[in-house]
Formats: sequence, C-alpha cells, structure tokens
Amino acid sequence: MEFKTFVFYVFAAIMVFAALRVITARNPVHAALFLVLAFFSAGGIWMLLEAEFLAITLVLVYVGAVMVLFLFVIMMLDINVDRMRQGFWSYLPVGALIAILLVVEMVLVLGGRYFALDAMPEPPPAQAGYSNTREIGRLLYTDYVYPFELASLVLLIAMVAAVTLTLRKRKGLKSIDPEIQLSVKREDRVRLVNMPAEKE
Amino acid sequence: MNFVVPDFYPAAAEIFVAIMALVTMLATTFLKRIGRSLAYVLAQATLIGAAFITIYTMDGHVTLTFSNMFIADLMGDLLKLLIYFAVAIGLLYGRAYLADRNMDRPEYFLLALLMTLGMMVMVTSNHMLTLYMGLEMMSLSLYAMVAFDRESARSTEAAMKYFVLGALASGLLLYGMSMIYGATGSLEFSGIAQAIYHQAANKTVLLFGLVFIMAGLAFKLGVVPFHMWVPDVYQGAPTAVTLMIAAAPKLAAFAISMRLLVFGLFELAEQWQSMLMFLAVASIVLGNLAAIAQTNIKRMLAYSGIAHIGFMLLGLLSGVVDGDRHFALNAYSSAMFYAVSYVLMTLAAFGMVILLSRAGFEAENIEDFRGLNQRSPWFAAMMMIVMFSMAGIPFFIGFFAKFSVLQAVVAAGYIWLAIVAVLMSVIGAFYYLRVVKVMYFDEPIDSAPIHAPADVRVMLSANGLAVAVLGLLPQGLMSLCAYALIASL
Repeated sequence: MEFKTFVFYVFAAIMVFAALRVITARNPVHAALFLVLAFFSAGGIWMLLEAEFLAITLVLVYVGAVMVLFLFVIMMLDINVDRMRQGFWSYLPVGALIAILLVVEMVLVLGGRYFALDAMPEPPPAQAGYSNTREIGRLLYTDYVYPFELASLVLLIAMVAAVTLTLRKRKGLKSIDPEIQLSVKREDRVRLVNMPAEKE
Repeated sequence: MNFVVPDFYPAAAEIFVAIMALVTMLATTFLKRIGRSLAYVLAQATLIGAAFITIYTMDGHVTLTFSNMFIADLMGDLLKLLIYFAVAIGLLYGRAYLADRNMDRPEYFLLALLMTLGMMVMVTSNHMLTLYMGLEMMSLSLYAMVAFDRESARSTEAAMKYFVLGALASGLLLYGMSMIYGATGSLEFSGIAQAIYHQAANKTVLLFGLVFIMAGLAFKLGVVPFHMWVPDVYQGAPTAVTLMIAAAPKLAAFAISMRLLVFGLFELAEQWQSMLMFLAVASIVLGNLAAIAQTNIKRMLAYSGIAHIGFMLLGLLSGVVDGDRHFALNAYSSAMFYAVSYVLMTLAAFGMVILLSRAGFEAENIEDFRGLNQRSPWFAAMMMIVMFSMAGIPFFIGFFAKFSVLQAVVAAGYIWLAIVAVLMSVIGAFYYLRVVKVMYFDEPIDSAPIHAPADVRVMLSANGLAVAVLGLLPQGLMSLCAYALIASL
C-alpha cells in the first residue's frame, strides 16, 4: 500500500467515526466539536486530491467561522437533551427507510457502470510549481466573474433579509437618532424673547 | 491566459438594476425620514429606466457574453420587459396596502428590485450556474417578502414553508444539474445540447438528471404533485406579496423552463414531454377541482394558478411529435402567450383583492366580494372581466390563450389531452362564475365605500380593460411572442 493510500484511509476512518459521533453524541456541544473533526479530516482528504486552497478554506471558513458561531448558538440556546430524544422511536422507521434508500442509491450510482472508478480515470498530477490558488483566483475573476458577482448579490440579499426580519427597534430607549441630532437648527433650541427693559 | 474583457453592453439593463438597488439601499439609509417614499420612487424609476435600456439595447440577434454565460435574445428581452411591467404594477397596487400595515419599509422595495434582478438573470441565463444564481436571488428575496409582516404568525409560517420547500426544490434542481454536467461535461446550454446531439453523453445518466431537473422545475412552477406550498403561501403572505409571487415569477419560470428544456435538453424532448404531460394533466385536474371547494379567494386563485400553469405546460409539451419539430415554434409561442396573459389576469385579480382590503381589514374571502356591484359598479365590472377571462369565456384574452394552447395540443395529435383540458376548464368556470354571482346577485354585507389612491384606480381599470381589449385584438401580442421565439430559437 502506498503511503498516500494509507493516509487516505486514516483520514477517511476518522471522518466516518466523527460523523457517526455527530449524530450519536448526547451533548450537542460534543456533536458540534465532532463535526469540526469531520471537517478537518475532509480538509485532509482534499489536500490529498491536490486541492490545497479548498482544503485550507474549508478549515478557515467552516471550522474557524461557521462552527464557532454554531457553538455559540448551541451554548446560548438552552437545549433540553431529553426532550430532543422524545419521539426517537416513532421517527425511526421513516428515518431508517430514507437512510436505506440513500445507501441503495449511492451504491447504484457509485457501483454502477457509469460512475465506477474505470469510468472516471485519475487526472494526471499537476506539475511542481502549479498553483491551485492562483488558478482558482484567475478563473473566478475572469471566466466566472459574472456568477461571482451574482453570488455577492445573493449574499447581500441574505443580509438585507436577515436584518429586516430580525431588527426591532426597542421602545423606551433614550438614545437620539444622529440624523435628527444633526439637523437641529438654532430656532429649535433657543427662543429669543423680546422684552422691554425693566427698572428695579 | 488569454482573457478578453467581456462585452458589458448586452447586460446593461442587469447592471443598471444592480447599481440602482445599491443606490436605493444607501439613499434610504441616509435619508431615513423620506426613506419610504424615496425607496418607492427609486424602485419605480429603476424599473422604467431598465425598460428603456432593454428597449435601447434590443436587437434581433442572439448575443452571448460573459464567457457564454449570458444570452441576450429577443425572447429574453420581451420577457424582461414584461417582468418590469409586472413588478412595477405589483409595487403600485401594493403600496397603499403596505402603508396601512406599516410594511412599506424601504427594504421591501429594495428586495423587490433584487428579486427583479434575479428574474432578469434567470431569463438571460445560458449556463446552469447563472440560472441557479438568478433563481436563488429571486427566491431568497421572495422568502423575506413573505415573512415581511413580522407580527403575523400566519405569514411567518407561510414563509417557513416556502423557504424549506424552496430549498428542497433547489437541492433537487442542483442534483439534476450535476448529473447532466457529469454526463455531458458542460454547464452551458448549447454545450449540453451539442454533447447530447453527438451522443457523447450517457443516456441513463442524462435521464437520471432530467428527472431531478423536472422535479425541481415543477416545484418552482408550483404544479401538481409539487404544489403543496402554493395555496398556503398565497394565503399566508400579505396580499401585496402574493401578487408579487403570482405574477412576474411565472414569466421567469417559463423562461428557465425554455432555457433548460428547449435550449439545453431539446434532444431529450420525447422524455421530458411525457413527464410534462403528467404534470400538466394532474395540475389542470387537481387545480380546478380543488379551487371549487375554496372559500378564501386567495386560496382559490392559488389553485386556479396551478391549473393555469398546467395549461401553459400543455403548450410546452406539444412541440415535438415523433421527432418532428414542425410544431415546436407554434407550441412554444402559445405557451409564452399563455404565460403573458395569465400574468396580466392575475395582476388584476389580486389587484382587486388589495383594492377591497383596507387598514385592519383583509378582503380574503369570496364573501367579501358580496354586492360589489352596489358598492362600485365599475370595479365589479373589472373583476367580472378578469373572472370571465380566467374562465376562458370568449372574447377575453384568457380565451385566446387557452385556444392557442389547445390548437398546439391538437396539432401535436393529443386529442384526449385537449378534451381533458376543455372539460376541466368547464368545471373550472364554476368557481370563477361564483365570484361574479356573488358580486352581482348578493346583498353587500359591508357597505363601506371603496377608497384607493387615484393611481391604483386608474392602473387597475387599465389592467382590467387591457384584459378585455387584448381579448378583442389578441393578434398583436400573439405575433409578438411568435416573432420573439423565431428570433431566439
């Protein structure tokens, strides 16, 4: 066995184990941490596929940002573990059926003639000095610039939607809107009253 | 590395709308006190401006740009113009309704603009990736708009349903696309068509992908058996948003069906036609039968919409008969004409529902239309025109739309299909006529006078009259659709 294959199996085994623990761990925080481990191993496998940039992005973005946020949310929510487990047995038949269907489909697709290993030959390895990152960057900003810009607009929509659906003005706050503050004129604040001079 | 800077000119309208959406966002942030009316005015100005740009950049040729991801052709331009029109009308009808419910926040108009942009991207896509991006832009904006009434539990529930099912549909569509990509090695529609034509692609994998693509499309179109979300979302969303969902997105859905099925997978026409046939028959039957049982007019219009989309599919499925492509042009242009006339009718129908609603009162039930003739004979007549037209009574636009689709179906030799469709529209006429009966022969429960802004009154009247006038003179619009397709196919 080649060393590369050995590394692949190590990563794959860790990933499968971690993925199983995600759904079996009792404590949701543990489950989230196992998901981090699964992402890490997936990153390792991508590295073996010579997709260094994607591997590092996976670790940076998913592990570094998304999962940390996720952990925060899980810790903030007061999840009752026992209530989560209610109905496990009643959902089991449906869940098991779907799982079996998925496995059968996967076997059909991967084991079938069309997507088997000989139908998908291994691509030739890239030369030394070939930069994955550079190639992705070049493609993103040239050929794929249109969908790339559209993706940025999709993110903008998500932001606008999230803000507009969740931002609520709290009532009873004493803070002043800066716009009103800035547009104040002297006449609003000071009133000059003309009074005749009076003798003491 | 030979990269040529793409030609931005064909995409001028898209770029304009994108920039204006950003301008609207910034302007309303800095000018908060006039933000609401400013956002409305900017949104309408953007739509009008985009219409001018589209007309100006329109030529009869097919132009590809952005590494062949963007296609500018006459079909796309025509559909884009109609989309601006539908969105502009939707904003105009809905504005007072939203203001009464404190929902006319600037974000609403911003999301409407971004939704329009998403639809434009869908209409002009020549690549799976851009098609999907456009679809997500449109859908995300719509999900947020459905949930815009944060106080209403029903709206939130509708938005949740729409979001979850929409995400599922997007997943199905993406899965199908990945299969097609795996089989043909191309994401570009012309590339896919070529790979299939040269039989370079594995047929089993292609069909596998096609099934998923059809399921995803059917979800987005809202046809049986993927229609579950339609009535709930139509009913739960604020009526102004229902109007938005019911009108322009149908044109965009027609466009992506054309792009995917006709431009990309035309070689598989025999296969997708039989799938469409099932979807169409099921939608026409179930839509019309279920609409009879409804008391809520928004739900009724939702089911009637399902039936109408089924009718539109009848046009799409009669293009190729036994490998003969003679009828394709006629069939597709009849489907396009159907989509256009449906949008025109649905705008007027939901416009009427909005017209009868006022602050603190939702005219949601068919009962609310009781005695409308005594309250406002003019608008009762408008509603009658729209209902007659939807039922397919001659000589309104809906009749000609149904007629041209049936002509295409008969030409393709599916006589039984035409018979089912006609029978079902006769049954469907019942619930349309019931609304007319309620308006003219029942006593009003609620005698409050109808007050709506002058622009809504004028536009709604024009909308209703257009349904009648285009019914008398349908030839122009019909030949426009046919001409656009000749230039594009």
